[in-house]
Amino acid sequence: MRGPALDEDLLAGVRDVSPLMLGVAPFALVAGIATVDAGLGLAEAVGMSVIVFAGASQLAALELLGENAPLAVVVGTAVVINLRMLMYSASIAPHFADYGRRLRAGLAYLLTDQAYALSVAEFDENPDRSRWRYYLGAAASLWVVWQIGTVAGVVLGAGVPDAWGLTFAVPLVFLALLVPAMKDRPTTVAGVAGGAVAVVAAGLPLNLGLLVGALCGIAAGLVTEVRAS
Amino acid sequence: MTGALAGLVASPRAWVAIVIIGVVTYGIRLSFIHLFGRIDGVPTRVQRPLRYVPPAVLAALVLPDLVTLRPSVAATLLDERLIAGAVAGAVAWRTENVFATIATGMVTLWLFRFVVFA
Repeated sequence: MRGPALDEDLLAGVRDVSPLMLGVAPFALVAGIATVDAGLGLAEAVGMSVIVFAGASQLAALELLGENAPLAVVVGTAVVINLRMLMYSASIAPHFADYGRRLRAGLAYLLTDQAYALSVAEFDENPDRSRWRYYLGAAASLWVVWQIGTVAGVVLGAGVPDAWGLTFAVPLVFLALLVPAMKDRPTTVAGVAGGAVAVVAAGLPLNLGLLVGALCGIAAGLVTEVRAS
Repeated sequence: MTGALAGLVASPRAWVAIVIIGVVTYGIRLSFIHLFGRIDGVPTRVQRPLRYVPPAVLAALVLPDLVTLRPSVAATLLDERLIAGAVAGAVAWRTENVFATIATGMVTLWLFRFVVFA
């Protein structure tokens, strides 16, 4: 066993992830505020942040729950949003291949956009790192900040007047993630089409607008890609 | 614990959603990490549409919260949420900073809600 290295690799993960907290902490606050806005409380906020632990899908599910959308629409929308993690799982899997099933099962629970992006970059750059310790340092830090931020958001959300429109921070968070996601022509077309269809389809029954918009956006991106090649 | 139990009684629908979303999401996270060696990576047919999930989903989440179609173009455009969203979008594009995007968007919203359109 490499005793001292545990701290070194773990701490490297914690250190490298800390600048990202400037984006994660307000995102977590918003998740807490959105929970209150959906008519739910601290128990649901903590339950959701621990059980789901995926911000974008949490916010979308909360919005739909607050609008009394059918359960199938709430779940379907959240799952579509989280499908991107299939890519992360496939991409990071070779790095975890040597570890036991239990460790891999634990590491998988902590998989997020930020932990994935940071770790894969570090594994490429620094092959001597203990991969699971570095990843754990980054991913567990994100988990802790996410939980604290959600609870703080519930407290804050209950105390601020509605006129301040704090829930407007929800689309702003998504906007901050959307802009860098539109990095070339097909992804931009996917975003523009998805957003436009969602606006037009906002009146659809069962709150299906988001799901329909997202699926149209994905189709538009694929068509653009095929046409370009 | 009593808080959690009280919540369970008050909002069973939310808890059912939380548990199902959580289980499916964990399955997505675990998928290839668990199966590595038995399945080599994501098949191209699956990988290609997945590339468009983030922009399509995020835009479908954002736009309806910024734009409400109204009878006239002016009424649709002169909306404090759309104006704040446009300013925040520009900041997101220039800085790629989540905090700066939220901050400018909120301040712009308050400026139009409490000062300009008040």
